[in-house]
Amino acid sequence: MPDMASLAHPQQRAFNPYTENGGTILAIAGADFSVIAGDTRQSEGYSIQTRYAPKVFRLTDRAVLAVNGFAADGNMFVKKVKQRLEWYRHAHAKDMPLRAIARLIQTMLYARRFFPYYVYNILGGIEEDGTGAVYSFDPVGSYEREACRAAGAAQSLVQPFLDNQIYFKNQVPAPGTSHPAHLPLPTVLSIVIDSFTSATERHIEVGDGLEIYIVLAKGRTLHGTESIGGMQELTTTDDGERVFVVRRDLKKD
Amino acid sequence: MFRNTYDSDNTVFSPQGRLHQVEYALEAVKQGSAAVGLRSKTHAILLALKRSTGELASYQQKMFRIDDHVGIAIAGLTSDARVLSNFMRQQAMGERMMFNRPMPVNRLVTSIADKAQVNTQEYGRRPYGVGFLVIGQDQSGPHLFEFSPSGNSYEYYAMSIGARSQSAKTYLERHYESFADCNLEDLIRHGLHALRETLQQDKELNVNNTSIGIIGPMGQHEKPISPPGSFRILENEKVEVYLQSMEKKEEAADPAPAPVPAPAAAPGAAADDDVQMSG
Amino acid sequence: MDHFPTNWGRPRNDAFDAYATHPIHQRPYNGPKDTFADGVQRTQQPIVTGTSVLAIKYKDGVMMAADNLASYGSLARFKDVQRLHQVGNYTVIGAGGDMSDFQYIQYILEELSVEEISAQDGHELGPVEIHEYMSQVMYARRSKMNPLWNSLLIAGFKDGKRFLSFVDLLGTTYTASTLATGYGAYIAQPLLRKAVEGREDIITEEEARKILEDSMRVLFYRDARSLNKFQIATISSAGVSISDSMQLDTTWSFAEDIRGYGAQTQ
Repeated sequence: MPDMASLAHPQQRAFNPYTENGGTILAIAGADFSVIAGDTRQSEGYSIQTRYAPKVFRLTDRAVLAVNGFAADGNMFVKKVKQRLEWYRHAHAKDMPLRAIARLIQTMLYARRFFPYYVYNILGGIEEDGTGAVYSFDPVGSYEREACRAAGAAQSLVQPFLDNQIYFKNQVPAPGTSHPAHLPLPTVLSIVIDSFTSATERHIEVGDGLEIYIVLAKGRTLHGTESIGGMQELTTTDDGERVFVVRRDLKKD
Repeated sequence: MFRNTYDSDNTVFSPQGRLHQVEYALEAVKQGSAAVGLRSKTHAILLALKRSTGELASYQQKMFRIDDHVGIAIAGLTSDARVLSNFMRQQAMGERMMFNRPMPVNRLVTSIADKAQVNTQEYGRRPYGVGFLVIGQDQSGPHLFEFSPSGNSYEYYAMSIGARSQSAKTYLERHYESFADCNLEDLIRHGLHALRETLQQDKELNVNNTSIGIIGPMGQHEKPISPPGSFRILENEKVEVYLQSMEKKEEAADPAPAPVPAPAAAPGAAADDDVQMSG
Repeated sequence: MDHFPTNWGRPRNDAFDAYATHPIHQRPYNGPKDTFADGVQRTQQPIVTGTSVLAIKYKDGVMMAADNLASYGSLARFKDVQRLHQVGNYTVIGAGGDMSDFQYIQYILEELSVEEISAQDGHELGPVEIHEYMSQVMYARRSKMNPLWNSLLIAGFKDGKRFLSFVDLLGTTYTASTLATGYGAYIAQPLLRKAVEGREDIITEEEARKILEDSMRVLFYRDARSLNKFQIATISSAGVSISDSMQLDTTWSFAEDIRGYGAQTQ
């Protein structure tokens, strides 16, 4: 027989406005490109809610935002950022620069400091000086510019791998040589794909599909990655930055 | 100086049943430089004549983008237009936020018409001093609307507003039946011909004073834009190719229309009983 | 002594304007305040609840199923409740969770539909718009810590396109070719995925009906808050149709052979 104390309390005493919807995102900056990727599985607990729910969104022709955490907050946040960018377009007749979008995101996140968007953001794209950039945020708006970042369910699996492969942590260059400062696009794409296939193997909340966005600086080419399966160009102009998306399958189990 | 007993307050009718403040607001629209709008089965376009106050000044903006699917051309007070266009942008974005759809164009126009109507009825307000031509595309295809400070809005095949717009209207009335099946280039040429009619005698359309707003599929002189078919404004060198396509005015079959009386003459006012001389 | 002049009274009582001719300005209240006076009761838990809703896409449209039970805890309280609701001409919304909150949702959607129809301009709300609206409503309510305690499925067919989506009390949304709420997410969803995924453009209406009926049967066998009376909504180019209540045929004769619990004869 249950004890009287447990009978006296209702089953749930307070409404919990948050949940966690799994998945993982990552972004890597190159010298003149940026790659932003995320898996497409959305889950709650042990249930897969859907095999295709995008977590990576194109904001402008040179900015792509990945969101991960509580999906409802994430979708609402992206929607609000997009509307703020639309107002910027109305006022200035151009797209907001990447570093300004980064600061905008920090302001919008911090505005909800005491009822936060439970979302980890990674913003990737091309700066006004033509360099590839990645900005990463915590849920209340702390942010910094980095060369690479992973977030979400498999962050603890992917980030150490990136530290090793991108920052060359724990690697010693051959005598008389040095590690490259920036990796070429084909290498970066391989690292991204390997990160997600590995995370899919070892983390139950990662899998189903992979979306990789590639942002190229003005006048740059895909460096021989045009032939990669499932690639599609999203930009309609060819005189500015260009955005591509690669859609691939991940294991569904 | 003429002064009117019934025009100091927009909540008071004149004995003739007119609201003089509202009519003066309509005059403000007629003071603005002209804008022309026309529509085919696939496109809706706007053309406007930009003014500058002199050699040293820039040209006044005549067109505003409201959303991907809506744009406007204005005649009258630019400052009032900015207030109203901001309101339209809010409405359009609210619709996207709430229903994930482009706002039906007729509802967008009605929303500002309702706003304008309030200013014709409530004490202590003044009517907007600006008129719009609104083009847009929604589930029911391309549209052209006119909005005026009286709180009215109408849908049109073709329309013009602003100074000497009657001349443009005459052109449009003569040709509108062919607009439905026009391609974009022909539609723009018709628009330019209509806009040309509003010019003063020694003036002509050039890349500096002409704006073209388009909604609908990409034309043969255009570069791709995203999203495809969304509202865009052509100005400066981009209108050159369309200006080139115009036929010489002398070639037009019809004789030049009779000069329209200058708008400053406040039409009809002199004939009214409730107009009095003031001291 | 009350030191606020506004509280000293007025020459006449014009707080009430019988003919509503003028907006009456409300004076600020400066009297003592009761902190709890404007406390509000919010939904902290569902009371009368519906269980699973199932839906799948098939060749010509979308199909949705839900039983007719509204439970009061473990009590089968209302046994003729319709949990599938038509909105406009193209959409059906099905609800699990609190039934009074669902009735409120039906009410606001009815208001919305009336407003849309009365515009008389040829624009109609389709499933995409209804989904967006519901997700905004649900998310707004969760953000006020006053949720509508439901899991909703939204199914529709408009302009030649099928639509199927999920919205819940947190404002979480997603779309997929098979969806299930509540207990159905655990029991029926695997069955539906096996039957439908990759075959969305092949499954016929009859087949779809059978898939849903079989899943409803499994749910009735396994979900103690379910009923063997249910309805199916079909949404296709032909429009929306919600069936009359149907009975599930079930077999219980095997129960006699079960040994190990319950009444024993040996």
